[in-house]
Amino acid sequence: MDTEITLRVDGAAHPLTVDTRTTLLDALRERLRNTSPKKGCDHGQCGACTVLLDGRRVNSCLVLAVTVGDAEVTTSDGLAADGQPHRLHRSFVEYDAFQCGYCTPGQVCSAMGVLAEARAGWPSAVTGDLDDADVDLTDAEIRERMSGNLCRCAAYANIVPAVAAVAQAEGVRR
Amino acid sequence: MREFRYEQAPDAAGAVALLAGAPGGAFLGGGTNLVDLMKLGVATPDVLVDVRELTSREITDLPDGGLRIGAGVPNADLAADRRVRERFPVLSQALLAGASGQLRNRATTGGNLLQRTRCGYFTDVTKPCNKRAPGSGCGALEGVHRNHAILGQTLEGPGTCVATHPSDMAVAMLAVDAVVRVLGPDGERAVPIAELHRLPGDDPSRDTTLRHGELITAIDLPALAFPSRYRKARERASFAFALVSVAAALRVEDGVVRDVRLALGGVAHKPWRVQAAEQALVGGPATEEAFAAAARAELDAATPLRDNRFKVPLARNLVVRTLLDLVEVSR
Ligand SMILES: Cc1cc2nc3c(=O)[nH]c(=O)nc-3n(C[C@H](O)[C@H](O)[C@H](O)COP(=O)(O)OP(=O)(O)OC[C@H]3O[C@@H](n4cnc5c(N)ncnc54)[C@H](O)[C@@H]3O)c2cc1C
Ligand code: SF4
Ligand code: FES
Ligand code: FES
Repeated sequence: MDTEITLRVDGAAHPLTVDTRTTLLDALRERLRNTSPKKGCDHGQCGACTVLLDGRRVNSCLVLAVTVGDAEVTTSDGLAADGQPHRLHRSFVEYDAFQCGYCTPGQVCSAMGVLAEARAGWPSAVTGDLDDADVDLTDAEIRERMSGNLCRCAAYANIVPAVAAVAQAEGVRR
Repeated sequence: MREFRYEQAPDAAGAVALLAGAPGGAFLGGGTNLVDLMKLGVATPDVLVDVRELTSREITDLPDGGLRIGAGVPNADLAADRRVRERFPVLSQALLAGASGQLRNRATTGGNLLQRTRCGYFTDVTKPCNKRAPGSGCGALEGVHRNHAILGQTLEGPGTCVATHPSDMAVAMLAVDAVVRVLGPDGERAVPIAELHRLPGDDPSRDTTLRHGELITAIDLPALAFPSRYRKARERASFAFALVSVAAALRVEDGVVRDVRLALGGVAHKPWRVQAAEQALVGGPATEEAFAAAARAELDAATPLRDNRFKVPLARNLVVRTLLDLVEVSR
């Protein structure tokens, strides 16, 4: 059933007519030709489709495009303001945190979420004391918080330091 | 995916009215379970009524020290809430042990309670499954059932089903006696969480006692004045459903158990309140031997399947370990 929506993606508004069944991921890739978010599993299991929705990381394969409303969608592509790679992009390159790169845009968006969540003092399953107001973004914390992003090339050992370096640079407690 | 009409309503009552007029429709929360099942052809609603933003996204204090959680509160926000972390650590821990950061951001409290089983026959429309297609048989009974139920299954007849309820959050809510607030075409009602989820009985197609069109608006947590904890065993360190999990709260005074709440996940068609063990423990010593005996009292009734016998000792050990941890923090 066709419905008219306007998607706000990476700073631009796009009026679109979509079938109600269209996911945000398919709308981005197939309609707006923003192929930065990837389709790995299409079932919420791999994280390759991760984007930020009003700054919060979500799996775009499980979000119906008609439910997005005027929320701001940010893809990994959109993090590269004015064509300049984001600090996280550069860190992934510097630490060799990918091989094929398929999972990388999702990893980068997820890492954005991890940094924001840690700054907000959100605990994780490996946080020792839930009463603690602050979170120390240790390597174990990064691993746990990034566990929704699978990497078929198993670049995990380099993704952790890539994220850690940006946390360090941005003054997030480690 | 089947075609559907997407509807928004001005408020909760409007959403209930919309669904009352749509017998084949469904409410949509975060969609992390429903959209998945629609893609698989397992769920085929012809109307979706979006309730994610119109059920409350607030957590408010109740006069007794408890909390009211709006059905629209995302799982991530609930886990991170200061009051939840202080008063109901078992709930924060359960949420944080489930799914991923992305999923918890999108999933709602109401939707989490009503997520459906992860049984592989249920999610594969080419396979027999009494829950999805009543009367077609239960593929799991003699098939792949390593992660299926060990208690309260229906093991024969047209109602055969050995599935588990997958929610971690619901197990913690059961242990703390949460009350689910529901709005239906006939008005409001309050359902103790122990009466929300059901055993398969002779109709595994129904996971809960809710009627079509009943909207979860909030969940009330009565005050809990003693330490609580959630522990989950799974096949990888993170981002996996429970094999077995335990939610527990314990009050010990001078080495004697004064109050205890115990619930198990991953063992039955519903979160399983461990009543026999609770009764056996109160008034007795808070020792490893007593905890193990109490867990056995409950698990003696287990009817494991060919390939999930490991869950019986796993459940026992988790109960003992978690209660011992709680004794430790009570010192
Ligand atoms: C890869 C993956 C891993 C996961 N791992 C875990 C895990 O380890 N532990 C765990 O507990 N969960 C896990 N989950 C499940 C996840 O927690 C649920 O999908 C989520 O909580 C459902 O919430 P939702 O708001 O997205 O529900 P939806 O998908 O929107 O809805 C689920 C059901 O609830 C109904 N509904 C929604 N809101 C209401 C309401 N207010 N009133 C009445 N009915 C309503 C819908 O009609 C639907 O039937 C996982 C999911 C995925 C995809
Ligand atoms: S266990 Fe239940 S859900 Fe799984 S195949 Fe059997 S009837 Fe279906
Ligand atoms: S494509 Fe969305 S999680 Fe895999
Ligand atoms: S770099 Fe290839 S999947 Fe991660």
